Amino acid sequence: MMENIQKVDLTKIKPYGDTLNDGMVQMSFTLPVPYGDEANEAAKQLAEKMGFDDPAVVFSKDLGVGYTYFILYGKCTHTVDYTSIEVPKVDMEFMDREEVEEYIKKYIKRDVVIVGACTGTDAHTVGIDAIMNMKGFDGNYGLERYKGINAINMGSQVPNEELIAKAIEVKADAILVSQVVTQKDVHITNLTQLVEMVEAEGIRDKIILVCGGPRIDHELAQELGYDAGFGRGSYANHVATFVVKQIVERNLI
Amino acid sequence: MESKLNLNPRLIDSARSAAKNIAEDVQNFIDKNTTVAVERTVARLMGVDGVDEIDKPLPNVLIDAIKEGGGLSRGAAFWIGNAMVNTGKNPQEIAEMVSSGEIEITKLPIADENKIMEAVYETARQTVERIKNNRAKRDEYLNTLGEGRRPYLYVIVATGNIYEDVLQAQAAAKQGADIIAVIRTTAQSLLDYVPYGPTTEGFGGTYATQENFRIMRKALDEVSVELGRYIRLCNYCSGLCMPEIAAMGALERLDVMLNDALYGILFRDINMQRTLVDQFFSRIINGFAGIIINTGEDNYLTTADAYEEAHTVLASQFINEQFALKAGIPEEQMGLGHAFEMNPMLENGFLYELAQAQMAREIFPNAPLKYMPPTKYMTGNIFRGHLQDAMFNFISIWTHQGIQLLGMPTEAIHTPHLHDRMLSIENAQYIFNNARDIGNDIEFKKDGIIQKRAQEVLAKAEELLKEIEREGIFSTIEKGKFGGVKRSFTGGKGLEGVVEKDEKYFNPFIDLMLGGAR
Repeated sequence: MMENIQKVDLTKIKPYGDTLNDGMVQMSFTLPVPYGDEANEAAKQLAEKMGFDDPAVVFSKDLGVGYTYFILYGKCTHTVDYTSIEVPKVDMEFMDREEVEEYIKKYIKRDVVIVGACTGTDAHTVGIDAIMNMKGFDGNYGLERYKGINAINMGSQVPNEELIAKAIEVKADAILVSQVVTQKDVHITNLTQLVEMVEAEGIRDKIILVCGGPRIDHELAQELGYDAGFGRGSYANHVATFVVKQIVERNLI
Repeated sequence: MESKLNLNPRLIDSARSAAKNIAEDVQNFIDKNTTVAVERTVARLMGVDGVDEIDKPLPNVLIDAIKEGGGLSRGAAFWIGNAMVNTGKNPQEIAEMVSSGEIEITKLPIADENKIMEAVYETARQTVERIKNNRAKRDEYLNTLGEGRRPYLYVIVATGNIYEDVLQAQAAAKQGADIIAVIRTTAQSLLDYVPYGPTTEGFGGTYATQENFRIMRKALDEVSVELGRYIRLCNYCSGLCMPEIAAMGALERLDVMLNDALYGILFRDINMQRTLVDQFFSRIINGFAGIIINTGEDNYLTTADAYEEAHTVLASQFINEQFALKAGIPEEQMGLGHAFEMNPMLENGFLYELAQAQMAREIFPNAPLKYMPPTKYMTGNIFRGHLQDAMFNFISIWTHQGIQLLGMPTEAIHTPHLHDRMLSIENAQYIFNNARDIGNDIEFKKDGIIQKRAQEVLAKAEELLKEIEREGIFSTIEKGKFGGVKRSFTGGKGLEGVVEKDEKYFNPFIDLMLGGAR
């Protein structure tokens, strides 16, 4: 009977297990205490303090150094108002590769120059390669493949100074920075330093600054002074769309 | 061994012979040159250690002084030996005197050559003896305690703090790990010196220092005795200090080293002349110390497609094998690398991975092949990731891989948490036990997908190797044939540290370790 099914109240949402508003959450963690009944009780009490009703330790295991691992379920007691949520993001219709190429031909009428690097101490090129390399990632070709884009991938562990020097040398329209390692927030320091150096060079208004990485989102990027941030699931055509549209919008042609 | 893949032995021989010629061609270049890193390694092996008042390592102080004095082409051993004869001091005291400005090492009177040789070789033999004893100690542990069954379970610790690493390493060993690798802090590979002492700060890893090696080896010895199973220690013998790390590892009884001939060139943009000379000496040391090297073919597949570029992995394994043989590394210490990196959405991808792994097994029958887990297509979906790792483990036990670098469900999210490692070890142990002898029982259909795939990859690898043989490896790398990465002969980092040898150059350790002293 339809009327017996509860309707979702978007102002008060909570997790769904198999019944609306049951609040079911699965979680796992380790506690630095030896395996045993006391450990299970500690995990349960901790889950209660986290705001879970009826927490249940469904599995626990001795990790071998006086530590114990737990898998738990609990019913979340909190709710969130979905209707009041606003998330800043790169808000545009993304063009595909051919459309970007066409757009450049029609509106920019010259090669767009994009310099990219994985900066600082970060040695993980997987992100910048996915966006820039010919091959791209997951069936999405990288910027090197785009007609009308001169994509220069400087690789990993590039000092911010060198990246900026290169951008100036080749008169880049955009700089792409990839940061994968985020341990101890090293990416924040590094990204901030780049913005400051670009500003000090007096080229901030002439260049499009874009950062990306698995732990980066548009909001963080804007907070740090970037024009855009691209997180997990971004492809070359997203970045390319943003860059070419910015060139036109900001009259950097 | 009977081929399950029906591989053509003539093609294998032809590929191997092309790789041999490629390595020989490069060896002619290597033999003519030395590097600052090689000479710092000679200094270290002669007993120079420690840092000056601004934390500059004394091996760097000493070699910089010799280089500035224009003496590097004769080799550090000559100058250290000459100073020993002149001053009656030992190499450490000499380095300290150079550091304090007490002596200019290249300006001392040149002593009698026989006396220099005598002084150098007496010191060098003591170090070589120490490394031999380390090797004997490892054998003794292996004979008395035993070891885990192959594939060895290899896990990584990477907290940045060596003391925290010790806790995680001991926990991993207790959960069943056989090899513990301490990941290096990012960027260490580009430092042209090795930091000193115990360290507690690092990004995405922990500094490789001799003291950190010692601390970890001691902790693993303790846990080995407790568990009744020898736990191996691994580090990264790559970057600008490749041979120095090898020396430190040999002195502190590391058991496994990542040590690839081409990796630094392609993925760290280290100059190719520098790396090729450095890798030679580093491999001589690793070979002599009984260390299993791991080559880095898996890395190609993080930039190039694992399905389309599979033949470059095989070609590189052939080349790494020949470089290793040149440096005296026996097949039993050649952990040739490859990886389970095909797109998981690829239809029949599992069959292609199986073909690749079985092919490597048949072509390099005595090598403890190092198999790397999926990383490129790990998404943050830890549940699917755990399944991908299971598929990878299944192939490993099926094809008798030697060293299994365990994939973590949380790959692409963070450096492994304590329980991530437990889940991965449990995954591998379950599959290895549950399917232990599957490889002995199952054969592949004649001319089926698996056989055909392996034959095709072998044929393409042989073709590529013959092309490199014609063209030379330097030019091949310049054209971007490996991993799709282009590097120039004179580009990259560290070229200024390469020096052509004088005809009177000598390095006692090449002689003692590669020569008859084994």
